[in-house]
Amino acid sequence: MAKYKSHLLICGGTGCMASESDTIAETLKAELAKHGLENEVQVIMTGCFGFCEKGPIVKVLPDNTFYTQVKTTDAAEIVAEHLVKGRKVSRLLYTDPTNKEHVSDSKHMGFYQKQIRIALRNCGVINPENIDEYIAREGYQALGQVLEMGAQAAIDELKKSGLRGRGGGGFPTGLKWEFASKNKADQKYVICNADEGDPGAFMDRSILEGDPHSVIEAMTINGFCIGATKGLVYIRAEYPLAIKRLVTALGQAREFGLLGKDILGSGFDFDIELRYGAGAFVCGEETALIQSMQGERGEPTVKPPFPAEKGYLDKPSNVNNVETYANVPVIFLKGHKWFSAIGTEKSKGTKVFALAGKINNVGLIEVPMGITLREIIYEIGGGIKDGKKFKAVQTGGPSGGCLTEKHLDTKIDYDSLLASGSMMGSGGMIVLDEDDCMVSIAKFYLEFTVEESCGKCSPCRIGNKRMHELLTRITDGNGTMEDLDRLRNLGEVIKDTSLCGLGQTSPNPVLSTLDNFYDEYVEHVKDHKCRAGHCKSLMQYVIDQEACVGCTACARVCPVNAISGERKKPHFIDTTICIKCGACMEKCKFSAINII
Amino acid sequence: METIKLTIDKKVIEVPKGTTIYKAAKQLGIDIPVLCYMELKDLNIENKPAGCRICVVEVEGRRNLAPSCSTDCTEGMVVKTHTMRVINARRTILELILSDHPKDCLTCAKSGHCELQDMAIKLGVRHIPGQEFAEMSTYRMDTSPSIIRDLDKCIMCRRCEMMCNDVQTVGALNAFNRGFNAAVAPAFEQDLDKSPCTYCGQCVAVCPTGALTEVDHTPAVIRALSDPTKTVIVQTAPAVRVALGEEFGMKPGTIVTGKMVNALRQIGFHHVFDTDFAADLTIMEEGTELLDRLTRHLGGDKTVKLPILTSCCPAWVNFFEHNFSDMLDVPSTAKSPQQMFGAIAKTYFADMMKIKREDLVVVSVMPCLAKKYEAQRDEFKVNGNPDVDFSISTRELAHLIKEFNINLADLEDEDFDRPMGESTGAAVIFGATGGVIEAATRTAYEIQTGKKLEKIDFKALRGMEGIRSATVDFNGLPINIGIAHGLANARQLLEEVRSGRANYHAIEVMACPGGCIGGGGQPLHHGDSSIIKARFEAIYREDAGKPIRKSHENPYIIKLYEDFLGKPMSEKAHHLLHTHYFDKGVKDIYI
Repeated sequence: MAKYKSHLLICGGTGCMASESDTIAETLKAELAKHGLENEVQVIMTGCFGFCEKGPIVKVLPDNTFYTQVKTTDAAEIVAEHLVKGRKVSRLLYTDPTNKEHVSDSKHMGFYQKQIRIALRNCGVINPENIDEYIAREGYQALGQVLEMGAQAAIDELKKSGLRGRGGGGFPTGLKWEFASKNKADQKYVICNADEGDPGAFMDRSILEGDPHSVIEAMTINGFCIGATKGLVYIRAEYPLAIKRLVTALGQAREFGLLGKDILGSGFDFDIELRYGAGAFVCGEETALIQSMQGERGEPTVKPPFPAEKGYLDKPSNVNNVETYANVPVIFLKGHKWFSAIGTEKSKGTKVFALAGKINNVGLIEVPMGITLREIIYEIGGGIKDGKKFKAVQTGGPSGGCLTEKHLDTKIDYDSLLASGSMMGSGGMIVLDEDDCMVSIAKFYLEFTVEESCGKCSPCRIGNKRMHELLTRITDGNGTMEDLDRLRNLGEVIKDTSLCGLGQTSPNPVLSTLDNFYDEYVEHVKDHKCRAGHCKSLMQYVIDQEACVGCTACARVCPVNAISGERKKPHFIDTTICIKCGACMEKCKFSAINII
Repeated sequence: METIKLTIDKKVIEVPKGTTIYKAAKQLGIDIPVLCYMELKDLNIENKPAGCRICVVEVEGRRNLAPSCSTDCTEGMVVKTHTMRVINARRTILELILSDHPKDCLTCAKSGHCELQDMAIKLGVRHIPGQEFAEMSTYRMDTSPSIIRDLDKCIMCRRCEMMCNDVQTVGALNAFNRGFNAAVAPAFEQDLDKSPCTYCGQCVAVCPTGALTEVDHTPAVIRALSDPTKTVIVQTAPAVRVALGEEFGMKPGTIVTGKMVNALRQIGFHHVFDTDFAADLTIMEEGTELLDRLTRHLGGDKTVKLPILTSCCPAWVNFFEHNFSDMLDVPSTAKSPQQMFGAIAKTYFADMMKIKREDLVVVSVMPCLAKKYEAQRDEFKVNGNPDVDFSISTRELAHLIKEFNINLADLEDEDFDRPMGESTGAAVIFGATGGVIEAATRTAYEIQTGKKLEKIDFKALRGMEGIRSATVDFNGLPINIGIAHGLANARQLLEEVRSGRANYHAIEVMACPGGCIGGGGQPLHHGDSSIIKARFEAIYREDAGKPIRKSHENPYIIKLYEDFLGKPMSEKAHHLLHTHYFDKGVKDIYI
């Protein structure tokens, strides 16, 4: 085996691949060959590093140099300077926004300092397409341990760890496994829910792309614990890279005897198949997922019976989320005590969030439960973009709610988020600033649920549509105060009566903004004003008669001839014609056009 | 049996484990409103998608409201069915459903029978908030020979889907689209006539609203009646007379044969005949065919296929043409009674009355919607003129009687006209599952053995179980008989036959659960299967009261053969009374 003195780790996640990280890798290899270093330095495509804001990322080992926003054209310099001459390419290093200094080692970057990476432990570290690298990082050892300790002991260990489902529900994983293990059946199933559907969320995708073996290992453990010989991964077809890496990993695991008959000589048989989802959000709900896997229309069914009792093909089944699985091997390796020491009283371990929105450091983060929003936003996230004022943070995706300044110091875990009117969800976290209109934000999320409702139950099918219509009336300036009452009533009834988790949470963005930003709703209704300047119908472009010099530039650029006036005399906008495109304002050199 | 004790509205009740809150409440006399839920208990049919959410109730300790139709009772559960939270939720949900439902109730075919309308009345909805700016989901109308689909009125109760897929295994209907645009339709939103639909009409029979209705033939019937150049005759199917009374407030199972004949005469039909006459004729042909096949088969003729399958039910014919197209030589070639009647009416009767074929209009009154389609089949037309011109359902006849201002209840009983109004008890029982094969057995037994039946009633062939079988002793020759009602049961039986696992000599199939008495054109049962049971019992009462109970003893049938047809399965009989089947199996149409 060749021994290398340095390694170049390049992010091979979907995000960085879109910025041609694969070409960068090829170019780096070519450059290394030019310098005759192909046997000295190894180039490895890894999973996601998480710091997507600054991708593509190239990390140099052993000195841990973290190059950001690398382009193909930078490859030659990295090789020539860093690897040949031993000089870091400082222009590619991360710059700390607070003191404008270069930070070379990721360990010292604010983005990483507060993170604890358990589920993401191998992402950005190993080559996900090489089982040896996973094994070198203690991969499949947990499986060996579990096979020796026995199913019930393993379930007990998991129960003691306090691990809860990371897909959003937060149900204790060990308990779920125990239910399935106790239900007698000739065949049981282990199902991995990889139908990640929250807009902007990519936790599961990153894990599958960056560390597929951890999920395979955990599923096998799950199978052994409940007595299932068959595992299925329900993954959306829009994740081609994750599918490719998963298929590769499955092949390798079979080759190594870690899947298939008589695993590690234990007499336990287990194998995994893939099922592709067509991209319906509701299929992330476990009963709908099972329906979809059975070839039926992806619609939820009534619970109970729960899948642990009657699931896939009516057999006891365990459905667990990707991130939940990624936590499992570590718990067995390090013990439940280690795991349960992290987090809060009722929420143990860490949670992966996809941090996005008006924040400096967009990316994928894994933080201990109990961290505050303030720490996430200001320390990890590096604060609000462009020095704007923080307004709210939306957690839990389309089913979550908006939290405000007063929640910034709340320790976040499953229960505290619920108590604040939001939820953990699968881990979307979108930061909003003063330019965001809260009514429009609620409308945006509701639009998503209206689109994604399966239509089975009437409150979700019709109610969400009606709520969306009401919000549209409000943002169009046609709302009434009764509409606000109707919104609240509809929201509460939909939550209270919908069949599945989708409908039971879909009004959250509306209800939580009604709770926390009622003033903004009232402004829209009574004053016909959108303080964020987002709702077009509530805006008016006017020309400041004092400032206007009559240059006619605005009148000429107006596409609908709404502006009139004589040369060298102040102009005037006919608001009944104006379509609020903003072209005049952009054109005006004298700042004479204002929005009121 | 394990029982569970719970409290509903402060009343304590003990119920068997697995009982839903809805059913437990019902036992206490608490009628929780339901919309999508439907149960036909005696037929083992239940629809509980828990989709409408009208039936929600409050359960102490539960975060959200529980759908009572599909939530099982648990020990110590405390349920409240009418708290303000429940009442508000129920009303809000109904308002939502109504906000996406057309308001043309005045002219809707289901008006007065609509369960959504009933719910709006029950909950006293007077106003739908925000209706002025509420978008409605709209779809294109689809009119097939039997059924009209107006999905604007679909409320996604999924009953039709359950009937079509689970009870009938036809698979013509399934939900399509998502969210607000979701509704139920054939695959790829094809028209029904391009789907494997059999027109059994069970979807129509359970649709709570006007989304699924029958094609109305009554305007055409009225036009014919008002045309002085036409002679308009009518035939009524056996199952109609035991159900029609329900439309006029009579108890289910009331027999209104005589009143119905009187009403039809008052409406203006020139001759009021009975499909039962043709049912006796069917027995002569089908029974003879059975004996012929049986004799040849026992004689070692390998080209003869057994079992013989009945072919009276047009939905069943459609079903095997779609699904068992490899077995098209197995069913009896005998036409259905409706079509035999039409064929005889437009030849024998027309000749007798010296009426030109095109001036004779044959109307049938059927418990069935597939009969509308059957009447339009090309093989049942002569130079484009159909043997049966119009087929109206029991419900349509009721409308007609009401429109003609006739008070059915007060009418004197009258008799059918002759010759095609005379019938036997054997013909009457065609209306219930097992009836056709019992009628055939009565005749075939006597012809085969040459002996008189000591007991006319073959009770072993009667009942409501989905699949039944019995062996009848034909003087030492055991004849194995199979019976199925509901197409899922028929499929199961036929698959057993196809695979050689079952050994039957004759099989009766009726597409609708219960047979014709539960047909898609009957007065709506609204989920009350005791109505179907009452009709079932009435059919056998009517049979028992008939002076003649075996088809081959019908004097007018005997005369028909003497004067016109010769003998059963004669060349003339073959030409007029037998048919052939077509392969309608799904080939490559979707590929």
